[in-house]
Amino acid sequence: MADDKKIGVYLCTDCGIGEALNVDELEAVAKKEFKVPVCKKHPFLCSTEGVQVIKDDLNSGEVNKIVIAACSQRVNTEVFNFDPLTYVTERVNLREQVVWVAPKGEEGKEGSQLMAADYLRMGITRLQKSEVPVPKIADVNRTVLVVGGGVTGLTAALEASQAGYRVVLVEKASELGGWAKKMHRVFPTRPPFAELEEPTIGAKIDAVRNDRNITVHTGTTIASVDGGPGEYTVTVDKNGANETFEAGSIVLAAGWKPYNASKLGHLGYGKYRNVVTNLEFEENVNKANGKVSRPSDGKPARNVVFMQCAGQRDKDHVPYCSSVCCNVSLKQAKYVRESDPDAGAFIVYKDMRTVGLYENFYKSAQDDEGIFLTKGEILGIREESDGSLIVEIDNQLLGRKMNIKADMLVLATGMVSNMVPDEMAVNNLTPEYIGKIVQKETSDGVIEALEPESLILNLKYRQGPEMPHLKWGFPDSHFICFPYETRRTGIYSAGAVRHPMDAVQSTADATGAALKAIQCMELTAQGRAVHPRTWDRTYPEIRFESCTQCRRCTVECPFGAYNEKADGTPLEFPSRCRRCGVCMGACPQRVISFKDYSVDMISSMVKSIEVPDEGTFIIGFVCENDAYPAFDMVGLQRVGMKTNFRFIPLRCLGGLNLVWIADALSRGVDGILLLGCKYGDDYQCHYVKGSQMANERLGKVQETLDRLMLEAERVEQVQLAINEWDKLPGILDAFAKKIEDIGDNPYKGF
Amino acid sequence: MSAKTILIVGGGISGITTAVEAAEVGYHTVLVEKNPYLGGRVAQLNKYFPKLCPPYCGLEMNFRRIKTNPKITVYTSTEVESVSGQEGNYSVRLKVNPRYVNEKCTSCNACAEACPVERPNEFNFGMDKTKAAYLPHVLSYPMRYVIDRNACKDQSCDKCVKACAYNAIDLGMKPRTVEMHVGSIVYATGWNPYDAARMDNLGYGRFRNVITNMMMERLASPNGPTGGKFLRPSDNREVKKVVFVQCAGSRDENHLNYCSAICCMASLKQATYIRERIPDAKVTIAYIDLRAPGKYEEFLEKVKADANIRMVKGKVAKIEEDAATGDLLLEFEDVEGGGKIHERADMAVLATGMDSSVKDNAMLSFEENGFINGGKAAGIYSTGVAKRPSDVTTSIQDATGMALKSIQSLVRS
Repeated sequence: MADDKKIGVYLCTDCGIGEALNVDELEAVAKKEFKVPVCKKHPFLCSTEGVQVIKDDLNSGEVNKIVIAACSQRVNTEVFNFDPLTYVTERVNLREQVVWVAPKGEEGKEGSQLMAADYLRMGITRLQKSEVPVPKIADVNRTVLVVGGGVTGLTAALEASQAGYRVVLVEKASELGGWAKKMHRVFPTRPPFAELEEPTIGAKIDAVRNDRNITVHTGTTIASVDGGPGEYTVTVDKNGANETFEAGSIVLAAGWKPYNASKLGHLGYGKYRNVVTNLEFEENVNKANGKVSRPSDGKPARNVVFMQCAGQRDKDHVPYCSSVCCNVSLKQAKYVRESDPDAGAFIVYKDMRTVGLYENFYKSAQDDEGIFLTKGEILGIREESDGSLIVEIDNQLLGRKMNIKADMLVLATGMVSNMVPDEMAVNNLTPEYIGKIVQKETSDGVIEALEPESLILNLKYRQGPEMPHLKWGFPDSHFICFPYETRRTGIYSAGAVRHPMDAVQSTADATGAALKAIQCMELTAQGRAVHPRTWDRTYPEIRFESCTQCRRCTVECPFGAYNEKADGTPLEFPSRCRRCGVCMGACPQRVISFKDYSVDMISSMVKSIEVPDEGTFIIGFVCENDAYPAFDMVGLQRVGMKTNFRFIPLRCLGGLNLVWIADALSRGVDGILLLGCKYGDDYQCHYVKGSQMANERLGKVQETLDRLMLEAERVEQVQLAINEWDKLPGILDAFAKKIEDIGDNPYKGF
Repeated sequence: MSAKTILIVGGGISGITTAVEAAEVGYHTVLVEKNPYLGGRVAQLNKYFPKLCPPYCGLEMNFRRIKTNPKITVYTSTEVESVSGQEGNYSVRLKVNPRYVNEKCTSCNACAEACPVERPNEFNFGMDKTKAAYLPHVLSYPMRYVIDRNACKDQSCDKCVKACAYNAIDLGMKPRTVEMHVGSIVYATGWNPYDAARMDNLGYGRFRNVITNMMMERLASPNGPTGGKFLRPSDNREVKKVVFVQCAGSRDENHLNYCSAICCMASLKQATYIRERIPDAKVTIAYIDLRAPGKYEEFLEKVKADANIRMVKGKVAKIEEDAATGDLLLEFEDVEGGGKIHERADMAVLATGMDSSVKDNAMLSFEENGFINGGKAAGIYSTGVAKRPSDVTTSIQDATGMALKSIQSLVRS
């Protein structure tokens, strides 16, 4: 309803804006070009008095859409905060990105004026096309599904319950406790880090069993998970019988398995009876109540060699470090010493990785004269007739080879995520989705396609039944800043399924994952997005009548928010959506939009720019999370820049729709610069794939340019990190120079 | 009635995480930071290992989450004066130290331009100076200037006040007290770099080209004292040879009795900074053990593949200076090769460890190395490096969990 759009434009003349720009001319842009009903200048808009001017207009009903033409949207956010469910607010950044980057000297004044006018046009246009969000308030089921009953899953269940939430815990084994239950002792968790501790897993299992908020299903696997956050439908398979229930969010605590030691024949495993894995050793000692004896004949083991990194830190086996094995072997060396005070343990390591306070544990082992430690490698191993082993090692501390006669060799084999199927090599998994490459018959002939495996969750998602992994089967997505984020909204991984970790860290990790699971249900209940746009209450809306079932949105969404209906049209699950707008950018029919973000809106903004008849003119589509703040920092440092460009921030560069490029070029814009985050293995995109998607889309822009008979070089994507603001002026200059060399856009002036 | 607010002490990445995560569940959180800006140690880092991505990226997103969430209240330049009570109802008194700049500040820089005095820039570990009126760093939150009154030589000087067009400067500002009731408290008070001057043999403080790993982060940063160039402090010459001294004070009974968990990865990362910028530079890393746990192993392999980076198992015994050139002469053992190695270098970077920053607080229980186990009473928690030496991601993981523990305290009482 056009009548409902009462736009008020508030021009601040402070912070040098009034001196650098002719604000009266800007006022004329608002009043004459756009005929906005209210346009006011203020000498200090962010002051209490300034904000009151706006509030008065809102209260009197004169204005319901607010353009604040002043500083960056990144500052004074709390000051210019008007109820977002009643008013739409748009910030036009005249300060950081116009006045503060103005070229030094008078000659820049006119350029800055044109720049400011264009930003104001775009701001008003954006508002004209914006609506107040109407949140999708969902009837949310507040039950956490915890998958896995080891130390991580048990902890997640208890922690969620103690915050007042219901939990359903599903464990595939017949009893709870996982690996933790097989431990004889656990390594020390507190100073002085010298004494082994009794396992506490039994108490934890009892606590879960006695918790009325927690329902436990053992001997149970997940048959399917359908729906989305707040409204999952979970079907479990309990010894062949199916049971279905609702859940609001999921903690994936599926744990780990030991690396398959049968691949370690070169270390004697499977060949010699007294070569065992650290896990086998643990179970034997536990069963024998602390006695350490040789598997071959049950005689006491008086000399035990521990080989660290057995098949780890090894590109042919497990390429990473499992981070727990050094402590495990120190613990097991203590078993040897406690079992028989005259027995000796010999630990051969690459590096002792007793990180943090565990250093004290290492020290207590070093203080024990019966525990020998050396950096080294195993060169060979043979068996004596009595079953004893001769282990030849290269002792790299002494710089010589030596033979050790041992009763047993314990291989410190590492941890593999349970996301990795038994038959697959952890060092050779398919990228993104774990599965197999298969030959597929299509209309284009036989193609190679990835068939994702069903492993644990069996999600009824169009993009596959499991979570995408980052590497080696670990299903996370932002493991430094936002370690719980995955690419399946509402599903949080914790414990050794997502990173090799010990029980202490798994406990902490489970608590964090439980928090995220609870948070997801609470945000979903308010119709808000989860991380990172938790302030956002819009969601993608689709004009189905124009959808051509091209499936780009269902394929490209980094979070698998869409399934497909039988006819190929997208089936939406708004609570899975992170509101990045990648689907909007992907859609060639431009049918996907948000209340305050749409293809038509950005197109109209592009068209509102007055492209000068002369000189190279550039439009930049920029990531609002990283490139946009970088530009603000250029301003903050008063670096003078040319004025022949206009930036349009996007929620993510992945929202780039190719029609905007056509719109800009057909209006005579000479070059288009796309500033997005780094992509590839070490991607920095907050939406994982956004900047990469933009780049892939760019591959298709050639068609548009060909149609317009324009050079492909007129459109360029640059990967820019937030701290590379110092590079920004140079990037723009270099691009402008390149465009100048190509020459003016022939459409200029038409 | 119990208070439904959580107090978080410390506005580094751990404290920010606890405050934001709990608020996004729906609880009110109060985040208190003694510096005039949020971000703590990570704000001083150039890049994170192993992705080599800028901490500003995650900080910016967290600041956006704070700015858009009315449930979070932030106090900077603020300390906790007293805490009393019990889980569900703690009375807290905060002391808000004067910033001398109020919320009218538009960060226009006029005060800094007018200010006649300079002070050492502690954000850059004293390697450069700022005016007494300054912005802590380019991504400061809040984006507001500060005045260091201790640096004002003439207490009657009011040039900044006159230069400010917004009445944003009040040199007469006094500390103020804020009292509140909270249901639970999380201490995320972080760490300080271990004092490198205590290791006499390594020459820090005596030789200008011996720096710490945190100083190295500032040197590498585009907003650091050299604009990201690796110029050695003695003569501003670009470095060609750098030695990293691992476990400088860590794993050492005379200093820190533990491993600081991050220094191996930090030095590997810093080796890449140098190698990326200076194609012919050579780097040596002298270590006891290379601790690149978990997935970090891949990064170690990547760094090892660089022929200009040499890793030697051995502890640096001594650093001397060639007074004529400012070059450093390092002596370290070669555990694997046997004997001693002598190397000349332009600069030595001490991988100094993390020392818990709060060591004395009657409400808290400490373990013997000085890290905080938690509160003596229920409803008080610790997180991040204040609790245990750990890297950024482990701190964030723990801080997210502590958001839940602190919520449980509110639910319970």
